[in-house]
Amino acid sequence: MLLSRVAERVYWQSRYLERAENTARLLSVFSTLMMDLPPKTKLGWHSLIEISGSTESFYEKYKVAQERSVMRYLWADNNGYSVSSMLVMARENARTTREIMPTEAFEHINTLYHFAKDNSLIGEKPGARHALLEEIIVSCQQLTGLLSGTLSRDDTYTFIALGRSLERADMTTRIVDVGSGNLLPGLTSEDSSQHSLEPYENILWMNILRSQSAYQMYRQHVQEIVNAKDVVEFLIKNPDFPRSVFHNLEDIKAMLKTLPRHGKASTQVNKALRAVRSADIAALLEKGLLEHIDLMQIEIGQIHDKIAQTWFLPQK
Amino acid sequence: MRVNWKTYNPGKFFDEMISSPGYARKSSRRLASYLSSLTHEELLEKKTAAELAIKTMGVSFTVYSDAGNIDREWPFDIIPRIIAAKEWDQTSEGLKQRLRAINLFINDIYNDQKIFKDKVVPKELIFESTNFRKECLGIKPRYGVWAHVCGTDLIKGDSGEFLVLEDNLRVPSGVSYMLENRRVTKRVFPELFDNDYNIRPVTEYPTQLFETLAAISPRRLKYPEVVVLTPGVYNSAYFEHSFLAQRMGAELVEGRDLVVIDDKVYMKTIDGLSQVDVIYRRIDDQFIDPTVFNKESVLGVEGLFKAWVKGNVALANAPGAGVADDKIIYTYVPKIIKYYLDEEPILPNVESYLCIDKKQCDHVLKNLDKLVVKPANESGGYGMLIGPQASKQELAEFTRRIKADPRNYMAQPLISLSTVPILSERVVEPRHVDLRPFVLQAEKSYVTAGGLTRVAMVKGSYVVNSSQGGGSKDTWIVDDA
Repeated sequence: MLLSRVAERVYWQSRYLERAENTARLLSVFSTLMMDLPPKTKLGWHSLIEISGSTESFYEKYKVAQERSVMRYLWADNNGYSVSSMLVMARENARTTREIMPTEAFEHINTLYHFAKDNSLIGEKPGARHALLEEIIVSCQQLTGLLSGTLSRDDTYTFIALGRSLERADMTTRIVDVGSGNLLPGLTSEDSSQHSLEPYENILWMNILRSQSAYQMYRQHVQEIVNAKDVVEFLIKNPDFPRSVFHNLEDIKAMLKTLPRHGKASTQVNKALRAVRSADIAALLEKGLLEHIDLMQIEIGQIHDKIAQTWFLPQK
Repeated sequence: MRVNWKTYNPGKFFDEMISSPGYARKSSRRLASYLSSLTHEELLEKKTAAELAIKTMGVSFTVYSDAGNIDREWPFDIIPRIIAAKEWDQTSEGLKQRLRAINLFINDIYNDQKIFKDKVVPKELIFESTNFRKECLGIKPRYGVWAHVCGTDLIKGDSGEFLVLEDNLRVPSGVSYMLENRRVTKRVFPELFDNDYNIRPVTEYPTQLFETLAAISPRRLKYPEVVVLTPGVYNSAYFEHSFLAQRMGAELVEGRDLVVIDDKVYMKTIDGLSQVDVIYRRIDDQFIDPTVFNKESVLGVEGLFKAWVKGNVALANAPGAGVADDKIIYTYVPKIIKYYLDEEPILPNVESYLCIDKKQCDHVLKNLDKLVVKPANESGGYGMLIGPQASKQELAEFTRRIKADPRNYMAQPLISLSTVPILSERVVEPRHVDLRPFVLQAEKSYVTAGGLTRVAMVKGSYVVNSSQGGGSKDTWIVDDA
């Protein structure tokens, strides 16, 4: 019998780890992308802060969003948005649910936490950064594999998987958001139109795919040259790619069916799925993609609310 | 530089490994010669490996301090402590005997009270004990067992024989560290765990604990719902609560996860309410139910006590069991064993003086600087006076306290605790130890193979509590041959 309190903790542990992994992916890809873009583009380190949804908190602490401050903020600072602080929270949730998790799982998360803590200063150094972020990404993936290979497919597993899928769906919308909304209009040089940045659009979308480990899968399954419409469509609507919004919502839908009293949550997932299915990406790219992504994010957020209301809030 | 047992000097103390300079006791010979086959660098490498394992495994305990609670890694010394199997089997019998008698005693106190009528233990002592619960009068838990889990502290003095220092019958902790110490040692010294040495495994404790708890379930189900009740994630023993729940496959619950309806206890699960049969509670009596005991308690569950009284849920240990771990009652345990079992105590107590007895109290006050004075109901080594190490002020303060409340104090001679080798920075040196074995009782009794060895890491110190700078060691029960 899974306690409501424990269900909530394993769910959040899983969400935090997924968020840590995604943040590490973004930092890694961004570092590479910035090397390819001309220095005067508006696309800057600031965009990373926007994706993480922490603009206000960032500027309370730092004046300018440049490489050093952003890396420090999203890698090591104790602020609820950095990889380190997500690992702190993931570990705390894991520490307080050790009784139901395989021993190796806690040890893995614990080791990861110590790794980030011991390397808190190194994240700012470009030379060491790649290996560091890679370690985080791989470790998070290893944990998924470890759980998949050692944890029975019971309710605990379901809540872990739910947390992961929901976080992934949410994160993918944020990344698409940045690619299509925040960046495109800004992708013109500050000083007049003499350098059009169009050639860089391809680089941008390629890196957005890479941030989701989606580049190869995109090449294999879409074959179309990398372009805004197909990339957005792939990341939002592709049924088979494990990080697409659609795929994750379908996973959530299937998982919810195994839980008791899942009616309200399932209804909400269907609502979110409709928002995804109905999205005509080509038309939306012309007009209204941002608004539509906002809508999807709200629907995804509502899934969380329904899950929390149904299973986490203690009954009388 | 290698370990040289000839220069290892325990002084006047009984050393458990070395009998005279250069000579190891029979059961320790193999370990002693193995250790001296390693270079100091190799030993230090093993020490580092152990520290890393503890960090990775997340074996920690919480220290409360003004600066907030700190989660500290478990202090551990890699050199195992050895006890000969024959000696241990005898000790084990003594521990079972003791707990059997103590349970008969508690059951008698709350029911027939024969022992008062027969004037073996004075009634007033019990009724005045802070751990006596009048609410428990007339209750008969299954098998007449009140204390299902007991942690008994044993020490060895100059004679090298085990003596009982105290019985912990409320919420004794430390068993998870015993198990984790073994896990670490297996990683550090795998080469010693071959069949020749025959080190008794310790791993079955969680299974035995579960069997004990399942045996007292009011509902006779094949799989009763057993839970571990913790004060919460910031409790100093949270690691252990979570560890035991995990190893038993039991739910780890906090008070807020439970609810009592119609005198039955339920836990709040994702599938609604689910009935609980047995609660291994790691919360003190006073906090388990705000409607009966401490009204301020937010750790407990309203109505839990009544559910227990009605026999709808089992509590381990039962409320009120702590009455027998009062340090004054301790002095009566040898008599209690004779009274209920008509047997001689297998394990002796440490000689003790009761301050409530005028004559003994005078002796205590006169010899305060030679004695250890303990309050009746403190644990963790708090509130004690160690006479030979005390200042004049402290001695005066205790004189005042004893005179004001003699019932609350007892005194013992300062026992010269035995020593075992630890690996210090540069050499292998002797340090003082005690031992906490864990004893289980329901339908059957069980004693851990060894227990938790606690060691004073500071030279000359007798303080072994982890909250006050003590460390621990793996404990090996090995064949003499």
